[in-house]
Amino acid sequence: MKRLEILKVLENKRLNEDTYLIVLGSKQQLPKMLPGQFVQIKVENKNIFLRRPISIHDVDYAGNNFSMLVQVVGEGTRSMSQLSPGSAVDVVFPLGNSFSIPLTGEKPLLIGGGVGIAPLKFLAKQLVNNGFKPDILLGFREVKRVICYEEFIEIGKVFVTTEDGSLGIKGYVTEHPVLVSGEYDRVFCCGPEAMMRAVASKCKENGIKCEVSLENLMGCGIGACLCCVVDTVNGNTCTCTDGPVFNIDQLKW
Amino acid sequence: MVNLSFSIGGLAFKNPILTASGTFGYGGEFDDFIDVSKLGGIIVKGTSLEPREGNPYPRMAETPSGMLNAVGLQNKGIDYFESEIYPNVVKYDTNVIINVNGSTIDDYVALTERINLLEGIPAIELNISCPNVKKGGMVFGINPDSARDVVRAVRKVCKKKMIVKLSPNVTDIVAFAKIVEEEGADAISLINTLLGMAVDVKRMKPSLSTITGGLSGPAIKPVAVRMVWQVAKAVKIPVIGLGGITCANDALEFFLAGASAVQIGTYSFIDPTISITILEGVNNYLESKGFTDIKDIIGYINR
Repeated sequence: MKRLEILKVLENKRLNEDTYLIVLGSKQQLPKMLPGQFVQIKVENKNIFLRRPISIHDVDYAGNNFSMLVQVVGEGTRSMSQLSPGSAVDVVFPLGNSFSIPLTGEKPLLIGGGVGIAPLKFLAKQLVNNGFKPDILLGFREVKRVICYEEFIEIGKVFVTTEDGSLGIKGYVTEHPVLVSGEYDRVFCCGPEAMMRAVASKCKENGIKCEVSLENLMGCGIGACLCCVVDTVNGNTCTCTDGPVFNIDQLKW
Repeated sequence: MVNLSFSIGGLAFKNPILTASGTFGYGGEFDDFIDVSKLGGIIVKGTSLEPREGNPYPRMAETPSGMLNAVGLQNKGIDYFESEIYPNVVKYDTNVIINVNGSTIDDYVALTERINLLEGIPAIELNISCPNVKKGGMVFGINPDSARDVVRAVRKVCKKKMIVKLSPNVTDIVAFAKIVEEEGADAISLINTLLGMAVDVKRMKPSLSTITGGLSGPAIKPVAVRMVWQVAKAVKIPVIGLGGITCANDALEFFLAGASAVQIGTYSFIDPTISITILEGVNNYLESKGFTDIKDIIGYINR
């Protein structure tokens, strides 16, 4: 069930030059949250009117807290990056659909680009809990921007690409041989749209099932304003309620 | 106990806090957050005879103290509403009002005739003020003659109470209010969004796919309060005020300026519980000031 709650910042850690890991805690038991879902953060800044949608990175039910990755791209995310531990944050959550659970025996590959790796940690953990052995392919611009690497190697086998070759294989994630190794039945992907489109087309060529997590400008996050639509085979569809996760077969990519 | 009730053409509302069309979905989107039945009424998403896909993305831009939208009345049409939405929405113990749209007068009339058959819908809100559609909508609402024609045609067939939602994108709002009253509207709601525009400087393109869109949010509240004040003095039918309400104080501005009721719009996006918070806040204000009936403060500033 969705709720509006004032949560407390438990931790705010800078991961690279512009990306932060923020942990939010509740005094109550957290609602059931699913990998791929997001939260809507109210930014305490008089220049910001709308909430900001942010992916759920990881959930600690025992500790009643969850984390998110915030990359500073504008004034809203800049304000969020400055939240100090102990401060209160007004949050509407959990929102949106989720990545699907693969079929028994399927081998999943998780592909993340930059801060788009955010929802993949919670997903990877969930997959492991359900008996799957996901591999993880992470793409970054350069080694200085690599985040969460240690978190992922604890969960599964990790491959890395950087655009300048400063870590892992040089190039984009779509250039990594693992993607077309024939080992994977299903890809879960989140990152910049250009990257997801490239991954989607590789998956189509190779007959791999693929789900992507989209990011659109959002108003309400609960399906009321119809602002965040994506053009699907079923017409204009809300990213916030019918997504953010879409099977690529639904998209007109 | 404060009496918060009001009525439109004999249709009773338990309180004057309604939700604005296009900002509250069909109510169900808010079930997790509030008891929708506590509201005086909900005006559900603008509905048309045929399904509408709306405008392409991007259809929203954040602006200072508000937002522009160019949704373009995306909805699945009256057939879908009747079979899928209606059975659920009538379960709410409140007045469920359909916002009625069309590209032609015939569309408006045909849709109204369909709604006449829906027993659980006590009123319509005639939308002649949507700025985001090429045909119909605001085209009717910014020309006095076409405004008269569409209201007259719908009134002739409408068996429900009829609220007409006015566009602020006119020079003389009072003239339109008087026309709508003369043609038999039971109430007037105002204001719809103000026509606006934003440019994305980084991309060197308009922010919206449609270039222009409708501005809503706190940025438009002073314009809305002014127009409500002007219209409420000029007509005898109830006036429902909306535009940028974010708290009980904002709602009270509208009541004091002459509105018999208000609609909560865009701010429901930011706080899905705000309509109920405002209801409680208005009640508390009246109690603290010693009023026993909200009618005692409607148009108070004119006394």
